[in-house]
Amino acid sequence: MDKFTTHTGVGVPLKRSNVDTDQIIPAVYLKRVTRTGFEDGLFSAWRNDPAFVLNNPVYAAGSVLVAGPDFGTGSSREHAVWALQNYGFKVVISARFADIFRGNSGKAGLLAAQVDEKVVQKLWDFLADNPGGVITVDLESRTVRAGEGVDAIEDSFDIDDYTRWRLLEGLDDIGITLGHEADISSFEAERPRWKPVSQHA
Amino acid sequence: MGRTLSEKVWDEHVVRSTPGEPDLLYIDLHLVHEVTSPQAFDGLRLAGRPVRHPELTLATEDHNVPTLDWDKPIADPVSRTQVETLRRNAEEFGVPIHKLGDADQGIVHIIGPQLGLTQPGMTIVCGDSHTSTHGAFGAIAHGIGTSEVEHVLATQTLMQAKPKTMAVTITGSLPAGVTAKDMALTLIAHTGTGGGQGYIVEYRGQAVEELSMEGRMTLCNLSIEWGAKAGMVAPDQKTFDYIEGRPHAPKGADWDAAVAHWKTLVTDEDAVFDKEIVLDASTMTPFVTWGTNPGQGVPLGATVPIPSEFEDEQDRIAAERALEYMGLEAGMPMREVAVDTVFIGSCTNGRIEDLRLAAQVIEGHKVADGTRLLVVPGSARVRLQAEGEGLDVIFKEAGAEWRGAGCSMCLGMNPDTLAPGERSASTSNRNFEGRQGKGGRTHLVSIPVAAATAVRGTLSSPADLVPAAATN
Ligand code: SF4
Repeated sequence: MDKFTTHTGVGVPLKRSNVDTDQIIPAVYLKRVTRTGFEDGLFSAWRNDPAFVLNNPVYAAGSVLVAGPDFGTGSSREHAVWALQNYGFKVVISARFADIFRGNSGKAGLLAAQVDEKVVQKLWDFLADNPGGVITVDLESRTVRAGEGVDAIEDSFDIDDYTRWRLLEGLDDIGITLGHEADISSFEAERPRWKPVSQHA
Repeated sequence: MGRTLSEKVWDEHVVRSTPGEPDLLYIDLHLVHEVTSPQAFDGLRLAGRPVRHPELTLATEDHNVPTLDWDKPIADPVSRTQVETLRRNAEEFGVPIHKLGDADQGIVHIIGPQLGLTQPGMTIVCGDSHTSTHGAFGAIAHGIGTSEVEHVLATQTLMQAKPKTMAVTITGSLPAGVTAKDMALTLIAHTGTGGGQGYIVEYRGQAVEELSMEGRMTLCNLSIEWGAKAGMVAPDQKTFDYIEGRPHAPKGADWDAAVAHWKTLVTDEDAVFDKEIVLDASTMTPFVTWGTNPGQGVPLGATVPIPSEFEDEQDRIAAERALEYMGLEAGMPMREVAVDTVFIGSCTNGRIEDLRLAAQVIEGHKVADGTRLLVVPGSARVRLQAEGEGLDVIFKEAGAEWRGAGCSMCLGMNPDTLAPGERSASTSNRNFEGRQGKGGRTHLVSIPVAAATAVRGTLSSPADLVPAAATN
């Protein structure tokens, strides 16, 4: 995984709450067996609408999604994270994320930055005044910044320490865990014999 | 201080715990299906890693499979590739698999309990959010993403930050005709879709104890729809009776040892939850959704809400958008909503008890003109059992379609979908925009409501039906 320290990119306002994973990428797009190419299914139902934000050329290079609360509810499909990444998003900012989506983001290297609801509103206002404006998300200092001068926005975001550390270091979880092989083996030696197995050796 | 059920199960699975890091938890059972696994197996192959414990892993095919002509090759080439990829991966990595045509094929959350693999005190994961279903047995069970699927395949463990604990106590008894589904939809409307976020929830109280194992599975299944990490019910005699004698249940002295341990898996008297919610079952009624998330629901006897009456601005905007998508008039009685399709099935309501209940309501009636009723057993074994009991005949005589096992119309990924603008009453779990097919409109309902709706063509409960004898 690539290291993530700070990112500056065009902010895209998605003024909806409860954007569930079926909206991010409908099931019909989940049939691929690769990790790439999911950008065509991103928000597919809404992309038919000419007024939808991603159809506005100003946001063509968008990489920081600013969404309403309860982003990523619904299914466990990591394809939702891949679709956002395949499209070019590096960061999603929201006041609340669904747990599984947040977890998947951390694993796949998409930054899910949780901010106060007021910050989302400020960023939306900023983007309304400055379409195509950029937002900086600094993982080291856990801050999000946008704009200049008196109206400049600077606020903190939440992310758990462990996910932050892994993203900053670009670490692979499986490698870390396999480093604890001895702990796993000794745990296995103590498991009760009546625990079920799906097939007998 | 005492511990809660979830804390006990959690503690029993901690392989490694270090301050500032998530716990490393051992996983007892990893269920795998075709949609969320191909990239995980690919990752293993790239890194040259084996599956650490194929015998703690079980694969099946459910999301993509057709429910008609299921004995023939899958017609859609992309779906077929995904299913064939799973079969190849299972073979290469030595993972047991129940393929289409096998008596134990079916929706992943139906087959675990059915095989007796789902047991109290376990940790169970699957790349599927409705893994919460298995919590009905007193297991910690939750959905994971594909990166985590790969992690579990490689290490049989998962890194998890310890969630907070919540008790949902449901007092009293459910009135006749009101089911676990109504209980869950009432709860979600009460908390909103984010109300459970960050919590492992224990459902308890008289009404939960009175539920059958199937009912508890329905309740736990829907935990994810209000955002909970997992839902659990403490195991009791009903749980043990359900498991005993199933193919993977412990036998002989192992059974006695297992039950002795399972009996300790209850929340201690002096344990403290981080949060508690109390609801009264005796006031609950058949509950249906009007909107595009499972929290947008009302009693069947109520009317479509009026968006301008919502206090919260986000709620109002969401309601306006939902009504537009759903093609509903604010203020209209829910009972006047006419549906094109009724779907009975899914991991929420596709078990044998659900089909028995549906057949009981429908027996002697006909499906309304202009309405189609799709009855899809949750697993091949449920189908065989239902056919053995003659339930298929009751459905077919009423004019319903009797299908093979799979996820079917629960999600628009296989041939069973709604057409744009088509409206369904569905016993599944998600009414998101497009969930059952692009432009499809979904009302989530219980089994009795689904069956009665199929007969009347409008959202109904069995109480609305003229008794079958009188119509003959
Ligand atoms: S029945 Fe529906 S919710 Fe259940 S596993 Fe299948 S697609 Fe998911």
